[in-house]
Amino acid sequence: MQREVTMNEIIADKKINIKGLVCPYTFVKAKLAIESMEVGQILEILLDHAEASRSIPKSMEDHGQKVLKVEKINDTDWLLQIRKDKD
Amino acid sequence: MDFTEDQLLRYSRHIILPEVGGKGQAKIAKARVFIIGAGGLGCPVGYYLTAAGVGTIAMIDNDTVEMSNLQRQIAHSVHTIGMPKVESAKKTFEALNPDVHFIALKKRISKDDILDLIEDYDIVVDGSDNFPTRYLVNDACVMAHKPLVSGAILRFEGQVTTIMPGEGPCYRCLFEEPPPPGLVPSCQEAGVLGVLPGVIGGLQATEVLKLILGKGDVLKGELLIYNALKTTFRKVKVPKNPSCPLCGENPTIRELIDYNEGYCAIQ
Repeated sequence: MQREVTMNEIIADKKINIKGLVCPYTFVKAKLAIESMEVGQILEILLDHAEASRSIPKSMEDHGQKVLKVEKINDTDWLLQIRKDKD
Repeated sequence: MDFTEDQLLRYSRHIILPEVGGKGQAKIAKARVFIIGAGGLGCPVGYYLTAAGVGTIAMIDNDTVEMSNLQRQIAHSVHTIGMPKVESAKKTFEALNPDVHFIALKKRISKDDILDLIEDYDIVVDGSDNFPTRYLVNDACVMAHKPLVSGAILRFEGQVTTIMPGEGPCYRCLFEEPPPPGLVPSCQEAGVLGVLPGVIGGLQATEVLKLILGKGDVLKGELLIYNALKTTFRKVKVPKNPSCPLCGENPTIRELIDYNEGYCAIQ
C-alpha cells in the first residue's frame, strides 16, 4: 500500500505539526495520529524538538510501525514520515 | 475518542504505552466499576482508578469517617471526620480527576439490592472487611456473571484473586462456607499495618485495569498472598471445585444468603 510517486516523493495521508511540543507529548500526538489511521497509510510529522527527532522514530519502530524518512529540513525543523504497519 | 489538551497531558503516560494507547484510554474512560467498601482497600482502589480515568465509579459503604481510619484509609482526612466515607471519598476523588463520574452510595449492601446495584457495572471490586459481605458479593457476581476482583487484609498479610464467573473458580470453590463467627479474629485482635491495604488495593486496581484493557493475565484461578513482614509474594493455584455449592456441577445455592448474624464488623 506504500504510495510512491516519481522521485521517491511520498504523499502523506495525514500531516501533523507538533512544533513547540516536547517529550513525551510529541510522541503522544504522533501515536494518537497513527492510531486514527488505516494500516498502510503514511503519517508526516513536522517537529522542532531535537530529542523527539530521534525518539519518535525509535518508539514508532518499537510499536511495529515503519519509519520511511527522518530529515532535517532547516535549522530548527525535522520532517518524519511513518507508515502504519500495525494496528 | 477525542481527548482535550488537559486529558492528553493527564493520560500521556498511559497513551504512550503500547498496551494502552489512545484506544485503551478510551476503554478506561468508558468503563464502569463498582467498589464495595470505602475503607482500607476501597480508598486506594478508588484513588488509582480515578487517577487512571475510569469513566464511572460507584462506591458503597455505610460508615462515617473516624480518626482510627486515617492510619490506612487514604481518601479520608481530619477534615472529613464524621462525614459518610463515600462522601469523603467523593470529595477526594473529584479533586483528583473531575473527568470521573463518581456515585456515592451510603448504605449497607444487602441480598435484596446487590444484584440491582451491580447490574450496570462491568467489574466489581470487593474491599469489604467481613465474611458475610465477602460471600454475598461472591455469590452475586457469580449469579450475575460479573468479574470480581477480591482483596482481603489482616495484620501483615493480604490476598488478592480475580473471579471470572463461568471461566474460573469462585470464592466458594476455595472456602465453601464462611468460618463460624468464633474463629474470626475479634476487633481487638485484628490489627493491620496501615500500608498493607495500599499494596493489596494497588494490586486490585491493576487487575481492574487489565480487565478493562483486555491485556496481560489476571489472577484467575490463583490466589496471590503477600506477606509484608517477610516481603514475600506467593501464588497459590485454586482449581475450580466441581462440587462447589455455587458454581459446581450441581449447585445447591440458588439464592443470595445473608450471614450477618454473630459477626463483629471490623472498623
